[in-house]
Amino acid sequence: MEQLLSVLIGVLVAASVYLMMGRNLLRFLFGLILLSNAANLTIFVAGRLTPGAPALVPEGLDAPVGDVANALPQALVLTAIVIGFGLFAFALILAVRAYRSLGTLNTDDMRVAEPKDQV
Amino acid sequence: MNSVILIAGARLQVVLLLVFSAYMLLRGHNAPGGGFIGGLIAATGFVVYAIACGTKDARAALRFDPANIAAVGLGVALLAGIVAILWGDALFTGQWLFIGETETDKGLPLSTILVFDIGVYLVVLGAVLSIVFALEETS
Amino acid sequence: MNESPSPRWITPAGLLPVVVAGALFFYFVQMVPAIADGQTLRHVIEWVPSLGVNISFLIDGLSLTFALLITGIGALVMLYSARYLAGHVHQARFSLFLTSFMLAMLGVVLSDNLLGLFVFWELTTITSYLLIGFSHATQKSRRSALQALLVTGVGGLALLAAIVLIGNAAGTFELSEIRAMPGVLTQSVAYLPILLLVLLGTFTKSAQIPFHFWLPNAMAAPTPVSAYLHSATMVKAGVYLMARMHPSLSGTDVWLWTLTIAGAITMVFASVMALRQTDLKLALAYTTLMALGALTLLLGNDSAYTITAAATFLIVHSLYKAALFLVVGILDHQTGTRDANKLFGLASAMPVTATAAAIAALSMAGFPPFLGFIGKELKYAGALAVASEPILVAGAFLIASALMVAIAGIVSFRPFWSRSGDPIPNVKEAPWPMLVGPIVLAVLGALFGIFPDLLAASLVNPTVEAILGPAQEAKPLQLWAGVNLPLALSVATFVLGFTLYFYKIQLRNMLIRLVDSSPSFDRGWDKLLAAVLAGAKWQTRVIQTGVLRRYMFITFGTALAAMAGTLIIKDVVMPVLGVPDVTIADWLVFLLVLLGTGLTAITNSRIAAIAGLGVVGIGIAMIFILYSAPDVAITQLLVETLIVVLFAAAALRLPGMGSEPLRSRPLDALLAIGLGVSTTAVLLMVTSGPIDLELTTFFQTASWPQAFGQNIVNVILVDFRALDTFGEIAVVMVAAIAIYALLKSKPEKDQT
Repeated sequence: MEQLLSVLIGVLVAASVYLMMGRNLLRFLFGLILLSNAANLTIFVAGRLTPGAPALVPEGLDAPVGDVANALPQALVLTAIVIGFGLFAFALILAVRAYRSLGTLNTDDMRVAEPKDQV
Repeated sequence: MNSVILIAGARLQVVLLLVFSAYMLLRGHNAPGGGFIGGLIAATGFVVYAIACGTKDARAALRFDPANIAAVGLGVALLAGIVAILWGDALFTGQWLFIGETETDKGLPLSTILVFDIGVYLVVLGAVLSIVFALEETS
Repeated sequence: MNESPSPRWITPAGLLPVVVAGALFFYFVQMVPAIADGQTLRHVIEWVPSLGVNISFLIDGLSLTFALLITGIGALVMLYSARYLAGHVHQARFSLFLTSFMLAMLGVVLSDNLLGLFVFWELTTITSYLLIGFSHATQKSRRSALQALLVTGVGGLALLAAIVLIGNAAGTFELSEIRAMPGVLTQSVAYLPILLLVLLGTFTKSAQIPFHFWLPNAMAAPTPVSAYLHSATMVKAGVYLMARMHPSLSGTDVWLWTLTIAGAITMVFASVMALRQTDLKLALAYTTLMALGALTLLLGNDSAYTITAAATFLIVHSLYKAALFLVVGILDHQTGTRDANKLFGLASAMPVTATAAAIAALSMAGFPPFLGFIGKELKYAGALAVASEPILVAGAFLIASALMVAIAGIVSFRPFWSRSGDPIPNVKEAPWPMLVGPIVLAVLGALFGIFPDLLAASLVNPTVEAILGPAQEAKPLQLWAGVNLPLALSVATFVLGFTLYFYKIQLRNMLIRLVDSSPSFDRGWDKLLAAVLAGAKWQTRVIQTGVLRRYMFITFGTALAAMAGTLIIKDVVMPVLGVPDVTIADWLVFLLVLLGTGLTAITNSRIAAIAGLGVVGIGIAMIFILYSAPDVAITQLLVETLIVVLFAAAALRLPGMGSEPLRSRPLDALLAIGLGVSTTAVLLMVTSGPIDLELTTFFQTASWPQAFGQNIVNVILVDFRALDTFGEIAVVMVAAIAIYALLKSKPEKDQT
């Protein structure tokens, strides 16, 4: 399954990169979500996969018995998901705000900071 | 949206989700759950309420400004980390109190860890809601 | 500037620096007997011991001589400027800058650690920038300050590189330890780079050709600054460093010839240029250049004569040049002009200034019985003892010294005693705080001339010893050394000097025609700066196109190059693909996510894209469930929900996406596929290799016994890594605040 997921992550990365190079800001945002998903999965897969054994200590024991899932990447991914949400929300609101000020979502026309005539 | 069924359902559902989120928060140390998940569940409840009844009612139901909730949460989490100094430990070292402890049973555990997780819960709830409300309220 | 009534000058801002400098001066004076006795004092404070960086101070003859010049002349100049700048709005600022400069300069000459020396060296650069640009309202002084900063700053960077190389070669940054290992630098493989970089640092600081042009421009500074920085102290920092490194770096042909050629050319060029000036201050600036050139030339050698000459001339020059600068400042302050063509016959109006000027000028011109005469005799004796070309060097000294005679006449004889023009009426004598400096400095020049042994025993011999080592005897300082070649050269100097003075007007006119028609370094500097700016503009135009897509393309292209490049260069072996452990559920989830991704990537409809994203998010949540990550799965599902809610709310306020067909972006698609394939390849390698589970094992075994939690993921989050989690919720909080600010601020429609 690690290998299958590696292929899947490759597809996610390719799709997100393609979307992020688009002209429209919404496509960029879709790409951003796919990219954070790909990153989360990458961390998860790099910690190896263990089916059907969550990282829980059974009642009455000091440590889990046998092979349980790797808890460390899970903890990393969990916070990464929440932070990723914060990043996405900020980017989305920035797009809304930019559209309100500039009247366009085409990044080629968003040149307030670096106007064409000065370049 | 002015669906009576949705509004009635949303009211009930907020209560249920709040209780559920508290349950997820408190059991988080020993079973799947915790501050992040609890906060997100509670936030989802209010988001649905806001979609059904409008953000004005949702804010009223929440009673506190979500930004304040998040700020208080951040302060609570920070305090939970700082109090470790009183016991001479490094910052963010967990401090435990077991009520009714016996040889075989740890009794009711209270800890700065739980306080910290409550802080996380409040920050996630407050931050998500202030984002969603702000977006819903812009023309 | 002939302001009257006299402003209040007894202020803390004016006098505090005088007290500080004076106290330091006497502190150093009481060290003279010990140092003259052959001792060295060292004081070390460990700063960054792991890097070998110490704040260590060493006092030997060389550093004590400099320390006395810095604090002694400093105290006099500060007293002078307390009156010169009395009533100036920024007098406190000026005092602060000047005192900071003095302390930094002291640090340079006292520091025994090369890195410490570098820090102080840079501090002198910065404080001198502030001082030259003190009259910041005028464009000229801003330009001069920036020029001095950039030129000496480049030299400072070169010096830092040299220091790093020296540290590598010698294994220490302590100057005293490097000295104790003869040949450690000269025989090192890095000797040539070290030498060239050190010289780049010292030549820029001490304004040797071709880096000399900043010094005359620096005369935009108030005159006390010029008297202090550009005669006695800062420009001598380069000379100091050459003298300090002399034991470790000298003795090679490169050292000898580089210093000889640069010094000789600077010396002759500067003295000729000095004759061309009508501004008295500029004329003095060029004679300072001449002195720096002479010192550089002398330090190129290692015979006792040349080093004694250098040590003596260093002191001589500081005394008379500071005095003359202060005199010019007085002229400027009392008459309002520094033009040689307007100042005549002021001796009766300002007799004290005139006397001080005359004594200092006689020392400068090298007349007996002044110290300047001894200095000049020693220079000739040293020139005849050089290892390079004694005749040429002596000739260069002859020309330069003769010109010094003429310029001494122009600067101090003509304004006071000449009857070639009418004196400016109603000129008063300067107030006494401004007279103390010139008189003391000039009288010292005469005193040491009459009693040279005083200076020789206290400062010159210890300095020579510090440079050449205790084995070498300094040559004696004496007024009458018998009839010899240096004396004959002195006589020739006076004859030539008087002739030059007599024909000064004609010579100057000739020089003006000559100089103005030849290329100037100063104009070259402007061209260089313009070229740098044009280059920066060009680079900005190429790199910063202002188009987001292009930035993304470059970023992703770099990522691809880094990843694929590493894979190719390291010649990695791909693991064999196999699907033995893949279940039907795995395949279903895989296809689900694939479908969602494809839909999001190609659709032109926002709703379809959001639906696709939802499918991807739920599919990934299922992967988390299948592979034992319930906490992550729940979080993923909730966040997916919120993302859809947010997007739906935002989409109401945004237009559609339009279409961007795949065939219009073939390059983008190619890059995307390349990055995807590279990512997959890297991951396949990572997952087929071994994994280090040390941390995971720790968390598994410590979770319940130490942290009383059964859910290991949550224990990591809120206990073991609680500080990280705190940082993360702070980030979420900041995002919320930023979003709130973005949405609640007023839209600015006019920006389109």
